[in-house]
Amino acid sequence: MLHKFEFDGKKMVLDVHSGSVHEVDELVWWLLDDFEVLARPELLEKFGARYGAEEVAIAIAEIEELEREGLLFSPDPYKGKYSPPAGGITKALCLHLAHSCNLRCRYCFAGQGSFGGANELMPAGIGKSAIDFLIGRSGSRKNLNMDFFGGEPLLNFQVLKELVAYGRLRGREEGKEIEFTVTTNALLLNSEISSYLNQEGISAVLSLDGRREVHDNMRQTPGGGGSYEQVLERIRSFVDSRDGSNYIIRGTYTRCNLDFCADVLHMADLGYKHLSVEPVVATSEAAYAICEEDLPVLFSQYEQLARELLRRREEGRPVDFFHFNIDLDGGPCLPKRLTGCGAGYEYLAVAPNGDLYPCHQFVGRPKFLLGNVSEGLVNGDIGDVFRNTHVYTKEDCAACWAKFYCSGGCHANAELLNGSIYKPYLLGCALMKKRIECALYLKVKESSQAG
Amino acid sequence: MGKHIRTINSASIAAAITGRGCGECQTSCQSACKTSCTVGNQACVKKTEK
Repeated sequence: MLHKFEFDGKKMVLDVHSGSVHEVDELVWWLLDDFEVLARPELLEKFGARYGAEEVAIAIAEIEELEREGLLFSPDPYKGKYSPPAGGITKALCLHLAHSCNLRCRYCFAGQGSFGGANELMPAGIGKSAIDFLIGRSGSRKNLNMDFFGGEPLLNFQVLKELVAYGRLRGREEGKEIEFTVTTNALLLNSEISSYLNQEGISAVLSLDGRREVHDNMRQTPGGGGSYEQVLERIRSFVDSRDGSNYIIRGTYTRCNLDFCADVLHMADLGYKHLSVEPVVATSEAAYAICEEDLPVLFSQYEQLARELLRRREEGRPVDFFHFNIDLDGGPCLPKRLTGCGAGYEYLAVAPNGDLYPCHQFVGRPKFLLGNVSEGLVNGDIGDVFRNTHVYTKEDCAACWAKFYCSGGCHANAELLNGSIYKPYLLGCALMKKRIECALYLKVKESSQAG
Repeated sequence: MGKHIRTINSASIAAAITGRGCGECQTSCQSACKTSCTVGNQACVKKTEK
């Protein structure tokens, strides 16, 4: 399977099943369409008049050489079938330290932090049980992940500290390393909390949507005011306090700022190097939900962003835009590419009362309740369904050129928009594909500059 | 490097089956709200350690 695409005059081809990327000229661009259909003499006849028989013969030989090397027209290594290994390994938990928030973001999927329930903080005892649960289910895995999430997790900072200490202790006892992350709106990042997070090496995901008016339109205080000023001030001092490392600033764009490229660049201009800005996921009744008719504008925004990031890289001031990063030589293994996030079995979310769900987006939805950290997994069937939902079992994914980069997309988005984790959210697919094309283009440019 | 085709990378995804799937890599998240990691830009722990 091949995917051909063009960007600013460059013609590129992704050989889907090998992951090999090629820059080709016009002759090869057209030859590839007929290569598996026409015999060699027919190819020479069809293209010879326009490109010259000798050149066509050379181009055919190059294609054949790459085909022999497994870098063009390579077959699907799993032939469309994959059975994930059975077993009950869990390696990551999303801990909902607080179902409460000090902001009232209009697009919040978590019901302004409470996930449709009461405001609640996770007690330390539940958090410790979650750590024991994780370690107990981690089998031979050494590296474990735990994300402190909410609501706003720093509303429960004392428990966070207690859990980090407990996790380190239990990790030492059991030969595990737990990597902690906190996802925060930054409002509570004072010097005490910042110092602690730095000292413990805890990664931080910081929420900022970009330009002041864009951020303030969505990310509001309980009183209805904007939060840009306060958030930015705290992000600035926090990032400075950790010497500009171990953070990522993430934002959400909506229909209200389809020109989101300006928001990414705004944050880059503020001096932040590690950025992620993603489309809001919302059902169509929300005025800010992205619609299919928005796609051409959004595609053009991604292209504009790719050009601008390229320019900045060439000027020696690179920006790390998370969704344009792609590792063509050392990326994840194929089993990982087929299964993606592992929600529902490898990765679980824990509500403040200890209830377990497939991931943070399913928290509070009774249909997806898996069990509780105290009693373990009770509804194991749900986990099995998630484990067996992958690129080869999701609708349309097996035939998609982007399958080994997006891994079938987000189960929760599929469920929210289409009512089934097997049915990918096509608008998200379209944006994902555009981002991958931009990422590949940047790699091609990087390679031509290096060469 | 050919006259008509410039190959950017020759690593094959298909080669990444045997002995893989160890699960030691960071958890990825494809949802819009976390950005812990998407799969495409992730590194293999085994390769990194080699």
